[in-house]
Amino acid sequence: MGMRKVAVVGAGMTRFVRRAQETGRELAYEASKMALDSCELTLDDVDGVALGTAPDSFDGVHMKGEYLSDAAGAWRKPFLRCYVGGGTGVFAPIQGWYHVASGLFDVCLVVCEEKMSSCQPHPQGAFLTIFDHTTERALEPNLLWIFALEMNRYMHMHGLQKKDIALVSVKNKRNAADHPCALLGNPDITVEDILNSEVLAWPVQRLDVSPVSDGAVALVLASENVAKRITDVPVWIKGVGWSLDTAYWTNRDLYYPKYVEYAARMAYEMAGIREPRKEIHVVEPYDPFDYKELHHLEGLLLADKGDAPRLTAEGVTARTGNMPVCPSGGLLGVGNPIAAAGLMKVAEIFWQLRGEAGKRQVPGKPITGLAQAWGDLMQVGTVVILGIHG
Amino acid sequence: MTSKIKEFPGVALSSSDFEEKKVLFTEWAPNAQYAWDAGIAIGRYLAELKQGRIIGTRCDRCRRTVVPPRNFCEWCFRPMDEWVYLEDHGVVNTYSVTYVRWDMVRVKEPIIPAVIEIAGASKGMGIMHLLGEVKPDDVKIGMRVKAVWKPPEERSGAITDIQYFKPME
Repeated sequence: MGMRKVAVVGAGMTRFVRRAQETGRELAYEASKMALDSCELTLDDVDGVALGTAPDSFDGVHMKGEYLSDAAGAWRKPFLRCYVGGGTGVFAPIQGWYHVASGLFDVCLVVCEEKMSSCQPHPQGAFLTIFDHTTERALEPNLLWIFALEMNRYMHMHGLQKKDIALVSVKNKRNAADHPCALLGNPDITVEDILNSEVLAWPVQRLDVSPVSDGAVALVLASENVAKRITDVPVWIKGVGWSLDTAYWTNRDLYYPKYVEYAARMAYEMAGIREPRKEIHVVEPYDPFDYKELHHLEGLLLADKGDAPRLTAEGVTARTGNMPVCPSGGLLGVGNPIAAAGLMKVAEIFWQLRGEAGKRQVPGKPITGLAQAWGDLMQVGTVVILGIHG
Repeated sequence: MTSKIKEFPGVALSSSDFEEKKVLFTEWAPNAQYAWDAGIAIGRYLAELKQGRIIGTRCDRCRRTVVPPRNFCEWCFRPMDEWVYLEDHGVVNTYSVTYVRWDMVRVKEPIIPAVIEIAGASKGMGIMHLLGEVKPDDVKIGMRVKAVWKPPEERSGAITDIQYFKPME
């Protein structure tokens, strides 16, 4: 397609915490600096910067891109802030990818930051403003409601029980116990803990949903020539895809995320992947809710419709299973600083493919992995496929 | 490179750090006000709600009747062909039994939001609204529900002119 090869050559992240003492800027700086240090580059080597961060209303800072620009190393450089809600964390590296793939830049820094704790008394209040101001906001919806509606529809169409879905939360919170940055890792959590947690919006209970968090993650992307000079193990961006469905979310059947399938098909085609279930060795689908991991595995064509819960129950998606899913611990375990959480997934695949994931390392020397995020009004899918063979 | 790094940045604070003012912070409570124009399609939708009717629009090319109404078809990208009055009842597509308000304040009596597929519109065309006069345990996906309107003199041309939907006998 006339595009240059692009590699991920460095990554950095902060701890994900409920409320950080650092400002958003300070968090973004820490992640950016760690990412550059990890591949022994300096800011002078960076040609352009792509920043991802979610609604300005969390921070109460209008034009958050400008606010965070110095912390992302962007001053006096070409700079872009992108935003597709929860999908942002996997959208930002796609923006960085085409900065480099196009030939415009050789090194692009990708930074994602979120500081949700600033919004008082609870960031959920800021979510009210994403609903249609005339036809929906008057009903005073909570964002949890619409996920509960989607989850119920998914359960109904496939005849699933809560306990089938709670297994995802158990797996991810246990996996997160091995993540040094995790907010909610718990090696001892059980299905009963999930099923006994507070009912927020049935079928969503407290432990079905990821916590609001503060944190930042950064990646360094480089063109082929630069990447091969920097490292012996560049992790190539083999494919990217993204797709947006209608904002008339009540006019769609919520049981299946078709837009995720479109995004995945775009990425698979670019990566030359014909049989994703055989060729994808490690997966980080977006898991802000436990049912979302299942929903997304199906949308990514990695499970038949309605079959992802069975794969989970049989251990296929465990860290030592045939298709490890969210070995990081995901949003359910590591935390959910929105844009940063999505980019954490791409960073996890990078670390997994390089064999640097420590206690979280999946066995079998994976060579291809996929990260995916989802957002806006349950309508956007963003996908990145990474691989260690050129 | 996670396995190579032992100490990650990020200092976690607890709520007592704020209550006891161990850390410094500033506060601001914005007073932002907006007046949104309802527009052409939703303007008519609201005007009809005030009359106790639900209206949608139809695209003849896509053979699709949609609600909420829009004045252009997002599929074939041309103006909608006609206004269509719909029924004020429909089928529950999905629902939730919630104990949290929009601002996460807990409520004792559950709120039951639902997507309701409106009769007379194309299959799958739903709107979000609330269910009432029903026990949470009795709600089922696929159940038929009917709008409970505010009295005419209390209607203001808003989605809340429908108080909620209740089960049909």
